[in-house]
Amino acid sequence: MPSDSVLRLVWIYPDLLSTYGDQGNLLVLEQRAKRRGIPVESIRVKSADPVPETGDIYLIGGGEDRPQILAAQRLRKDGGLHRAVARGAAMLAVCAGYQIMGSTFGGEEGQPVEGLGILDISSGRGTVRGVGELVAEVDSALNLPTLTGFENHMGVTRLGPGVRPLAKVVTGVGNGDGYEGCYAGHLVGTYLHGPALARNPALADLLLRWATGEDRLPPLDDSRFEALRQERLAAVAGQ
Amino acid sequence: MTQLPLRAQLASALGRGAATLSRLTGRGDGSVIGGRVGLLLEPDLLRQLAQDKKLALVSATNGKTTTTRLITAALLELGEVATNAFGANMPAGHVSALAQHKAAPYGVLEVDEKYLPEVLHTTGAGVICLMNLSRDQMDRAAEIWLLAQKWRRALSGKPAHVVANCDDPLVTWGASTAAKVTWVSGGQRWKEDSWCCPECGGPLDRKGNDWACRECTFHRPEPQWVLDDDAVIDPHGRRWVLDLKLPGLANRSNAAMALAVAEAFGLPVERALPRLREVTSVAGRYTTVERDGRYARLLLAKNPAGWLEAFDVADPALPVILSVNAQGPDGRDTSWLWDVDYRILRGRPVFVTGERRLDLALRLDIADVPFTLVDTFSEALAMQPPGRVDVIANYTAFQQIRQEFGRAV
Repeated sequence: MPSDSVLRLVWIYPDLLSTYGDQGNLLVLEQRAKRRGIPVESIRVKSADPVPETGDIYLIGGGEDRPQILAAQRLRKDGGLHRAVARGAAMLAVCAGYQIMGSTFGGEEGQPVEGLGILDISSGRGTVRGVGELVAEVDSALNLPTLTGFENHMGVTRLGPGVRPLAKVVTGVGNGDGYEGCYAGHLVGTYLHGPALARNPALADLLLRWATGEDRLPPLDDSRFEALRQERLAAVAGQ
Repeated sequence: MTQLPLRAQLASALGRGAATLSRLTGRGDGSVIGGRVGLLLEPDLLRQLAQDKKLALVSATNGKTTTTRLITAALLELGEVATNAFGANMPAGHVSALAQHKAAPYGVLEVDEKYLPEVLHTTGAGVICLMNLSRDQMDRAAEIWLLAQKWRRALSGKPAHVVANCDDPLVTWGASTAAKVTWVSGGQRWKEDSWCCPECGGPLDRKGNDWACRECTFHRPEPQWVLDDDAVIDPHGRRWVLDLKLPGLANRSNAAMALAVAEAFGLPVERALPRLREVTSVAGRYTTVERDGRYARLLLAKNPAGWLEAFDVADPALPVILSVNAQGPDGRDTSWLWDVDYRILRGRPVFVTGERRLDLALRLDIADVPFTLVDTFSEALAMQPPGRVDVIANYTAFQQIRQEFGRAV
């Protein structure tokens, strides 16, 4: 966290990549920081504007094929996100935003499009759309509870040696290889679209711990989160 | 009208039989099953039923059912109108609607956005009304830019007269390949899906209802009809105060579209507008149901744009009951709740129910909107003091409430 001790959340390109509820991740992080007395500044960066380099947590969401390609082009040209990540900033990249972090991803006709090369992954277009609830067990090194959320994508993502799988899929599609998402350093990518952090407050806290450098954060009353998590996990188990 | 071929007549009669059966057994209003039976027997039925009618197709993400009803009300001034009044907006519903009024010279069909190209191709409709496009149930619906692109291809080279809302950039783009377009400035409340140019992806500069791409030449066309607060200004510059019974800005916009469509059928505003004013409730929307002295007004909101419209109509002085489901017709994904800005409800008594009430509860909690969580709608209603209360519900939640209180339209 910067010396002025305001936590800076940067939401990249809500005008291009915010197809379904992506705002939720920002709101959950904002609230969890504020309830712990951490001052927060949220910056919504539109695609015509430069990406600030001084953020603590960067968020990028899901979107349609064309906005995804535009976002990749602009972020590559802008360079702000690359510099922030090199500085050690944390990031949560979702769905289309996850795919563009890799070396390539699939365009409108499935053609390979150059990505940002921030995560050691490459993505292409699969043959079936993965739509529905996803449940996955998070890599034990991260010490997080079961991952739950909703996925809606046709992407297939291959992980390189520079990243680790975020979680092992129990129900759903994820990367297409039995795993869901990936992480490396303080960067997380996931196919759980929209408000993934509303379903997984512990993942929100992981980002906050990375950004603040605190090993422990004061606990919060998470009964609302927990009620929703249990209901969704039970619904998937009962399918 | 010309006689339908024997096979088509049989298909159409059997379809009507199935519809009656469906209604009698209480399975539905019969509009889909009847059409499905008909289509199975005679795939060409829709084309044949449509061929002698002057048809208008109505499509959008929001307001289709209401606008279809308003246009129908206006065209009744000219003669009998066949219409799918219950929102059965795919080809089976169209067959059923047209078969029930075979002699009607006019038809007004609400069309699902995805089916518009197919239905336009099959029916050769003369007038197409296009209002808005926004994010909606994406676990099963198409991405909206792709949808607009399909509209462009479908309209290109067709003689149809399009009436389109030029305040929505994506609708404008989708409509602009048509041979003849009447542009209506109907407003656009939900702008989150149109910050980028549909033509080139560049940023759109917006000022009021006006918009233009910063990087290419794509810009808002000059409207012939303008919704101006509570009135519509027609192409001759005359200002007509709408004075509708239907509430809210979204319905004034729907009415502006309907008046422009009516004029495309040769019906002037002075004859169409009084008909629009008679419409009070559409397929249960805006009706009030009563139990034990509690009067609940039902507002349907299926997606983020719809919630903005509902907030515009809801009375800030009243308590509000919110009900959210995630069955197939609602979309099984509730992520869209996070796109709605609920902060406007702060300070009102808010009650949360529906099958996905825990999703909504967390959403409101994060928005710092206090609320009471209730297991059922009946309980929520019983908790109200006698008097009026507003209800905002998404599709199946809305239908459940209507079923419980009777389907009076």
